[in-house]
Amino acid sequence: MAFLDKHKAIETHATLLLVLSLLVVSIGGIVQIVPLFYLENTIEKVEGVRPYSPLELAGRDIYIREGCYVCHSQMIRPMRDEVERYGHYSLAAESMYDRPFQWGSKRTGPDLARVGGRYSDAWHVDHLTDPQSVVPESVMPKYGYLLNAELDGRYIEGIMATHRFVGVPYDDAMMENAVADFKAQADPNSDYTGLQERYAKANVSNFDGQPQLTEMDALIAYLQVLGTMVDFSTFTPDASR
Amino acid sequence: MCAKQVTKKPSEPVGTTGHSWDGIEELNNPMPRWWVWTFYATILWAVGYMIAYPAWPLINGATPGVLGASTRADVVDEIARFDAANAEIKAALIAAPLETIPTDQALMAYAEPAGASVFRTNCSTCHGSGAAGVEGKGYPNLLDDDWLWGGTIADIHLTISHGIRNTTDPDARYSQMPAFGADQLLEPAQIDAVVEHVLAISGQEHDAALATEGATLFADNCAACHMEAGEGDPTQGAPRLNDAIWLYGGSREKIKETVVYARFGVMPGWTGRLTEDEIRAVAAYVHSRGGGE
Repeated sequence: MAFLDKHKAIETHATLLLVLSLLVVSIGGIVQIVPLFYLENTIEKVEGVRPYSPLELAGRDIYIREGCYVCHSQMIRPMRDEVERYGHYSLAAESMYDRPFQWGSKRTGPDLARVGGRYSDAWHVDHLTDPQSVVPESVMPKYGYLLNAELDGRYIEGIMATHRFVGVPYDDAMMENAVADFKAQADPNSDYTGLQERYAKANVSNFDGQPQLTEMDALIAYLQVLGTMVDFSTFTPDASR
Repeated sequence: MCAKQVTKKPSEPVGTTGHSWDGIEELNNPMPRWWVWTFYATILWAVGYMIAYPAWPLINGATPGVLGASTRADVVDEIARFDAANAEIKAALIAAPLETIPTDQALMAYAEPAGASVFRTNCSTCHGSGAAGVEGKGYPNLLDDDWLWGGTIADIHLTISHGIRNTTDPDARYSQMPAFGADQLLEPAQIDAVVEHVLAISGQEHDAALATEGATLFADNCAACHMEAGEGDPTQGAPRLNDAIWLYGGSREKIKETVVYARFGVMPGWTGRLTEDEIRAVAAYVHSRGGGE
């Protein structure tokens, strides 16, 4: 190992040390950065995944604000016990419009990747207001104040513009109708055909059961869409993953 | 008490690195042999690992590795293995006519534990881990013989398969109670009278004069679904009112709330989320909890 003794030459020449350090750091950087340019090929080609509707997007922000991700993951791993409990393992395509994704790494509560449609809206209201009233063994905190926080969607267009800027495909029609769609989704008596044309299979419901539009509506709209978008008949597993 | 000071003698002089700080010099000892070889072994292991397992990201995907390892393929295989182990009994469960399942001991020996597992995973969040529901909140108790939509195994199977009043399954059971107060179908005074009548037929303390007045109103407005004596109608999901079991509470205030705003309990359909054998197993489990008809 005589060549290892040559490091004295490097250590005593500042310029040489600098050049070689740069070389080493560059290799390390390239190995980590270049794969990101090919990120697209990790996303499965499946039908059905669409950007979040304005109300769902607002609910997602409330989910993040309240720190739901601290106790709930949104990532069903490819293991039998998880698939049997939660449903089909999560696909990369399912979080391609999540900025940032909500995979999480801690499960104090159950995984929520496919919670959409699993419970009724009324259950979500009962459960978020007082989790122990329906699940006595739960340690989840209460979020009843969401019922009193009214929303009017005044910022939603800006939030969507930001998501569009980072690559979520909100088109011009979606941007123009942002506030109208926001309100229509929580009102079953509104004309929501446009909403459902823009956001396929969007759930229209008075989620919180109150006349006014609140953060509870938005959060439940978001929870009810989780994991329901992918049409699994269009999914073919790739053996290399 | 006679600790011997251990002094290690250098086996051979190793010299110094030539660095000297305030007269303190650094011996130029080589790295321990075991450490150096472990380090080389980890490098070799990494090379072997890159060949054996998916490793290098390329333009169209990662290198697959010679072992062909895939977590997604593994989970499919594992699920298939367990499905195959139960394939016979699952096929028998699907083939059997529903009404024969509760009395078929061989099927029940599988269906009950399998159904219990499905129940605890999917149903217990609303109906409680012991299937006793949540009283007063609209999550029915499944242990008693008071059924909203019928308690035969075929009824239970249909309810689980398609759910109740959901918007996702066109075959979901459906009925809707009018909001007599909110939609002004009855005057406030009339509602009070109807509530007294409901209190009367359920054997609770009530105002007899008002209840008599309410009886006529009940016959005109409520009996079509809840039946004349308030015995309910499972074909319409209309709860029995002349007993002490209440879905949303049986106090004067709660009954009034129900009449004014109506109730609209929703249950998701489970077709698609659960397989047919799982739905049959959990139907058999619920049926066997004590109230099955």
